[in-house]
Parts: sequence; C-alpha cells; structure tokens
Amino acid sequence: MNATFYISSIVAILATAMVIGNLNAVHALLYLVVSLLAVALVLFTFGAPFAAALEVIIYAGAIMVLFLFVIMTLNLGPHAKKQESEWLKPKIWIGPVALVAILMAELIYILAAGAEHPGGTQVIGPRAVALSLFGPYVLAVELASILLLAGLVGAYHLGRRGKGARREGEII
Amino acid sequence: MASVPLAHGLLFASILFALGLIGVLARRNVIFVLMSVEIMLNAAGVAFVVAGARWAQADGQVMFILILTMAAAEVSVGLALILLLYHRFKTLDTDLASRMRG
Repeated sequence: MNATFYISSIVAILATAMVIGNLNAVHALLYLVVSLLAVALVLFTFGAPFAAALEVIIYAGAIMVLFLFVIMTLNLGPHAKKQESEWLKPKIWIGPVALVAILMAELIYILAAGAEHPGGTQVIGPRAVALSLFGPYVLAVELASILLLAGLVGAYHLGRRGKGARREGEII
Repeated sequence: MASVPLAHGLLFASILFALGLIGVLARRNVIFVLMSVEIMLNAAGVAFVVAGARWAQADGQVMFILILTMAAAEVSVGLALILLLYHRFKTLDTDLASRMRG
C-alpha cells in the first residue's frame, strides 16, 4: 500500500512543475490546488490526518482563494469576458481534472481498505497534536497570534485607499 | 506492512522545495514568485511532518501548523503589496519594480 504515497507524490511533483512552467496565472493556480491536494494525501499516508485536513482547508481553500481574488482583481477589463470563455475550454481543465481523478481513486482505495493508514506508520491524531500545541508549545501559539495580528495590520495599511495612501504614492 | 522510508519522504519534500526555488529564480511575474514561495513553505512543512512521523511525535505537526500560520500572514501582506505594486507601476514585472528609489 506504499504505492499511494509514491503515486500522490508523483502527482504533486507533476502539478508543481506545471505551476512554475505555466504562462497563465489562473491555470497555474488550478495546478497549484492539485499539488496541494496531492501533498495533503501524502501527509495522510504519513499518519498525519490533522495536518492533511489543515492543508486542504487553509492552503487549498483559504490561501488559494486569496490568490484567485487578487488575480481576478488585476484582470478586470474589457478582456474579462473573452478570457472567461477561453478558460472554459476542455484543453485547459482536462490536465488538473485527470490528476485529481488519480487522487480521488487513491482516496477511495484507502477508504475501501478500512481507512487504515497505508504508510504503516503510527497515526498521530488531532488529540496528540493539540496536547503538544497547548502544552509545551503554548508560547509559540502566542507568537503566532502576534504574527497574524501584524499581518492583519500590515495588509490593512497596504490595502487602504485613503487620502493618505495616495499622497504617500505621489511622494515616492 | 512496511512503512515508507524516511528518505523517500524527505526526497519528495526536497524535490518540491527545489521546484519552488526554480520558480522564484526563473519567473519574473510577481504572482508566480509568491506562488513559488508558497510551494517552498509547503515543502518545508512536509519535511517537518515526515520527520515527526518517523519518530511518532506530534512536534512535526505542531511546526506544520506554525508554518501554515506564517504562510497565511505572509500571503496576505504579499498580495496587498502586489496590488499596491500594480496600481503604482501598472506592471507585475519584478525587474521593473526594482527600479524604484526611496
């Protein structure tokens, strides 16, 4: 059952290679989502189901949606509709869909085999992670919250569209 | 049932990291540079989880969660900077942006 690790890692590497070689940002983003899903399956095979779930929720969900919003914001214009119809061509989405189908087949295979972790490693569930996170690593959690606050303030300051921001832009 | 060797997991993580590094070095579009940085951070997280699984400790996943937090903060500031860059220079080319003074 180690084959699931190797297949999903090959899928991840292929999808990542397509990301860095792609010319269109949205197509690259599509492959990046596939890559992150494949990495989530790799984490699952290594007995880390909580990390795999976080990978799907935060990386493939939240961060990729942020990227998509920014790319869509930058692409606004008269070309938007033409681009939209071009993006819906089967040639564009057939590659990511094929890679995701491989991952889906693997997931069904794992679940059909009794949801046993195929890596043969010991499973470290959310309970052990939480006990470690809020036990010896509680200071790191506080530092992470300060980092997130700094990121929030920084993003707000940079994204501000006030009089101050424009004046600052003219000076520089 | 034999488990996946540690070396193979670390090899996978290093290949992902190398691909991200190639992306950072080769691409000139700043959105692709940010995506490649995300790939590199992700590869580092995979290496932590694989090493944690080898010794059956939860520490690897704790570090993965911290890397995830860092990536989220980094990407929010980075995308705000990209929007600012685009509004000021009307381009996403990193070479053109390096000409700014002050």
